[in-house]
Amino acid sequence: MEALLEILEDLHPEVDFETCTTLVDEKIIDSFDIVTIIAEINEEYDVVIPAEEIVPENFNSAKALYDLILRLEDED
Amino acid sequence: MLFTSYSFIGFITAVFIIYYLFPKKYQWCFLLAASYVFYFLASPSYLLFIGTTTVTVWLLGRKMETLRVRQETFLKEKKGQISREEKKAFKSQIKKQKWKWLLLGLLVNLGILAVLKYTNFAIANFNGFLSMIGSTKQLSFVNLVLPMGISFYTFQALGYLIDVYRGTCHAEKNLFRLALFVSFFPQLVQGPISRYSDLAASLYTPHRFDARTVSYGLYRILWGYFKKLVIADRILAAVNTIIQNPEVYQGAFVLVGMLFYAFELYADFTGGIDITIGIAQTMGITVKENFIRPYFSKNIKEYWNRWHISMGTWFTDYIFYPISVCKPMLKLSTFSRKHFGDAIGKRVPVYLSAFAVWLATGVWHGASWNFIAWGLTNYVVIMVSQELQPLYSRFHARFHLNEKRGYGVFEIIRTILLMSCIRLFDCYRDVPLTFRMFANMFTQFRLSDLTAEAFLGLGLSAADYALLFVSLLIVLSVSIAQERIEAAAKSAASGNTAVNAAETEKNSAVQEKMPAAEKGVVRGVRDRIFAGAVETPPRCASADIQPEGRGCHPARAARACDAENASRFAGAAAWKYILFAALVIVVVVFGAYGIGYDQTQFIYNQF
Amino acid sequence: MNKNTKKFPRWLLPAFLTAAAVLAILFFLQLLFLPKYMSDIPEGAMVAEYYGETTDHEVIFVGDCEVYENFSPITLYENYGITSYIRGSAQQLAWQSYYLLEDTLRYETPEVVVFNVLALKYDEPQSEAYNRMTLDGMKWSPAKIGAIRASMTEDESFLDYLFPILRYHSRWSDVSGEDIKYLFSRDKVSHNGYYMRVDVRPVDSFPEPDVLADYTLGSNAMSYLDRMRVLCEENDIELVLVKSPSLYPYWYDEWDEQIVEYAEEHGLYYFNYIDLADEVGIDYSADTYDAGLHLNLSGAEKLSDYFGAWLSETFDLTDYREDEEYSAVYAEKIAFYEEMEAAQYQELEEYGEIVSY
Repeated sequence: MEALLEILEDLHPEVDFETCTTLVDEKIIDSFDIVTIIAEINEEYDVVIPAEEIVPENFNSAKALYDLILRLEDED
Repeated sequence: MLFTSYSFIGFITAVFIIYYLFPKKYQWCFLLAASYVFYFLASPSYLLFIGTTTVTVWLLGRKMETLRVRQETFLKEKKGQISREEKKAFKSQIKKQKWKWLLLGLLVNLGILAVLKYTNFAIANFNGFLSMIGSTKQLSFVNLVLPMGISFYTFQALGYLIDVYRGTCHAEKNLFRLALFVSFFPQLVQGPISRYSDLAASLYTPHRFDARTVSYGLYRILWGYFKKLVIADRILAAVNTIIQNPEVYQGAFVLVGMLFYAFELYADFTGGIDITIGIAQTMGITVKENFIRPYFSKNIKEYWNRWHISMGTWFTDYIFYPISVCKPMLKLSTFSRKHFGDAIGKRVPVYLSAFAVWLATGVWHGASWNFIAWGLTNYVVIMVSQELQPLYSRFHARFHLNEKRGYGVFEIIRTILLMSCIRLFDCYRDVPLTFRMFANMFTQFRLSDLTAEAFLGLGLSAADYALLFVSLLIVLSVSIAQERIEAAAKSAASGNTAVNAAETEKNSAVQEKMPAAEKGVVRGVRDRIFAGAVETPPRCASADIQPEGRGCHPARAARACDAENASRFAGAAAWKYILFAALVIVVVVFGAYGIGYDQTQFIYNQF
Repeated sequence: MNKNTKKFPRWLLPAFLTAAAVLAILFFLQLLFLPKYMSDIPEGAMVAEYYGETTDHEVIFVGDCEVYENFSPITLYENYGITSYIRGSAQQLAWQSYYLLEDTLRYETPEVVVFNVLALKYDEPQSEAYNRMTLDGMKWSPAKIGAIRASMTEDESFLDYLFPILRYHSRWSDVSGEDIKYLFSRDKVSHNGYYMRVDVRPVDSFPEPDVLADYTLGSNAMSYLDRMRVLCEENDIELVLVKSPSLYPYWYDEWDEQIVEYAEEHGLYYFNYIDLADEVGIDYSADTYDAGLHLNLSGAEKLSDYFGAWLSETFDLTDYREDEEYSAVYAEKIAFYEEMEAAQYQELEEYGEIVSY
């Protein structure tokens, strides 16, 4: 989780990722950010987030994203 | 059948009446029949193409669904009996098979689209290549039909197929239901490109006549006709005069043409979509919004999130993401990080995928170089502004300019001008000419050219200009009002978020499903009109009660509010009728239709 | 809640009232936007003017400008006591003449119908603008519907005739004092359908007539001539065919032969007044106001006198000069005729040309 927050804060230092739950809905992160995040996660966790998992529910909060990573790690 | 023709108005009136007289259970069947009649009237030969797309997509969707079910039952049966590796192997085998079917679907349907739309473009380029290498041989062009709206329905159908592949939506069992999704007639002419999961919800369900929903739909239709007939088809004359005579209209007039075209395209496209969404709404069907007042965007990226949204998200979801997260891309990213550093490595997926998206967007718009150049110019501008972002932040941190009110307006105007410049490719339809005219706009710019006579020479009278100006003010004030109402609703909703996130989510889902159909909730200009609060906001507006009303007893609070306002609104309730009547008369009188005006198809119909 | 309010939703009445108000306003705007054809292009007002007639007519002319500028019913009355009316309009096509005749028969049955054959050269709908001038003025009847259906060019729509505001809405920026002045009533512009011009422009020369690929008069146009003939037979009316002494548009001999043949076959009278111009006494240097396309007042009076003599000799027509009712009505008409004549001469003197007619 720490590493993930670091990735996110690196992109948007002004956002409080620990509490925000509307990252996509409020258009705080856009498609470019998402792609960057996915690439970073791939680096950091060696997890590939497939295109079908790119839905607002998975990216609206750092927590949701982290859950997704755990789920994908588990499936691997 | 043009949306602006009498026959279309007769057609939708008949469809509307029969729709509500039809047995509720079979309303969707009637809609399917109506859609096919609509398409048949355009040209019987079109049915062959849309039929092929529908049947192939349906069949392949079923195939994938069978595979999905097989996987599910297999995993259920063998739960606890097989190892994780076996499970994984089985899954990936199923996925491979599904991919095969998806690929087939993409190839067939994009193939049809490519052949019909791009054959002559390929031939022209091949001929150009031949003459470049000195050959005198030339291929002759082929005469192919281009079914109406093929770019729109093909993308809509393929979006569905990809969703089924991804498992984000279930495959439709009934061929005819899928056929309605692909051919739903209000969308055929110029989109939007609806998602199955968005449209299907209300497309097949029975709808009882609801006066409020119907009248909202009628308002929306009228507003669309106002934009299309009064604005777009009127200013069209001036736009055409300017862009068809580049040797006459230079310098300042390139700017004028550019801005006029921005106004025309906006009125034409959003007006058409208003009509589409409005028609659907009169039948209780919700089509997702395609625009959120794009000309209020503060940068080009935001613009593309607010203009032709259904196309933008299509490209994002089905091209941008798959390309940027595919394994080779991630490998390439890792590789670049190692060799060129983090800064470049991080950018590789975004840059390459965005390039692909904008190339595809350009090609989607039309089979010619100007559209490709248009798409790539968008790409370049977006990337440049992306890179300049840190610079802007530093600048603003220092000078606090962005905190000033006027700065927002500046950004909006900047975005409009920038987008209009890029759209010159669309105006002149010729890449070298566009570059020449773009340069010409600056080098030959003389304010003194913009005389009254010159403007009258564009084919519009002084009365036309006055009318267009008033229309601009009307559209502008309605947009501002809508923008404010939505901002207010949003801040009210986000005030709630902390308290009850789930509730908000539910609310926003409702909001999407039934826009503005609930009584007493102000989400748009129409709600204001229907609340009778046109001139002065009521003392107890529904918007006011939203924040505290939502949490505990929204219905009771709304009722109390209604009661309080009831007496105040007794007279004001007439507003919705008066405004509607006024809008009808304005469209009938000031519309640019009939003898003396060319009937024109929507601009986006050609894409 | 009582039963009634349940049956009729609350919005029904306001919606109905709104619709009624919209229609009323649009109807008013339609009156406002309709071209009035008073000071400009008075030809457009002539078809409607017929309905204001209070007395019947024994002779009805149907045709284009070659009747309404070349025959003067007032002269026919003054010289022979013949009551006549010209149901003519600009570029009135054969089918329009047929339906205007049908329309006329709804009000009266004349003894004689005179049709000018020039329009037979057109076999297809020609121009939206001329169509409107002919058709807008007609009162609604099956004849009008038939006329519209037969006349529409490809760009036109029946709805534009049914609701003329759909056609004329673009005049919102041209509305003038005239549109308000004549909102509910029009002035008289013609003399029993005759459009008076007193000025003179002698015949100069015409371009050589084109050589045509086919000189056969169109079957569509001829079919309406045939329908006109049958209609007259059914109503016991004598049909007389004429070709006015207008020199242009060119009237080919081949066409003339076909009309002669048709007239012989069906036992109709046919006069080509171009050939008879000398006998009528037409002086092309003095009797035309636009170099031979149309006759002026002096030409029209000469032709009417000549034609009237033949009419009263040939048919058993009543001399209405002795009828009290008629002579009172016609006294007014003659006064209006003479008044306009004098006014036109005065304009001619003042400005050197006719400006307001």
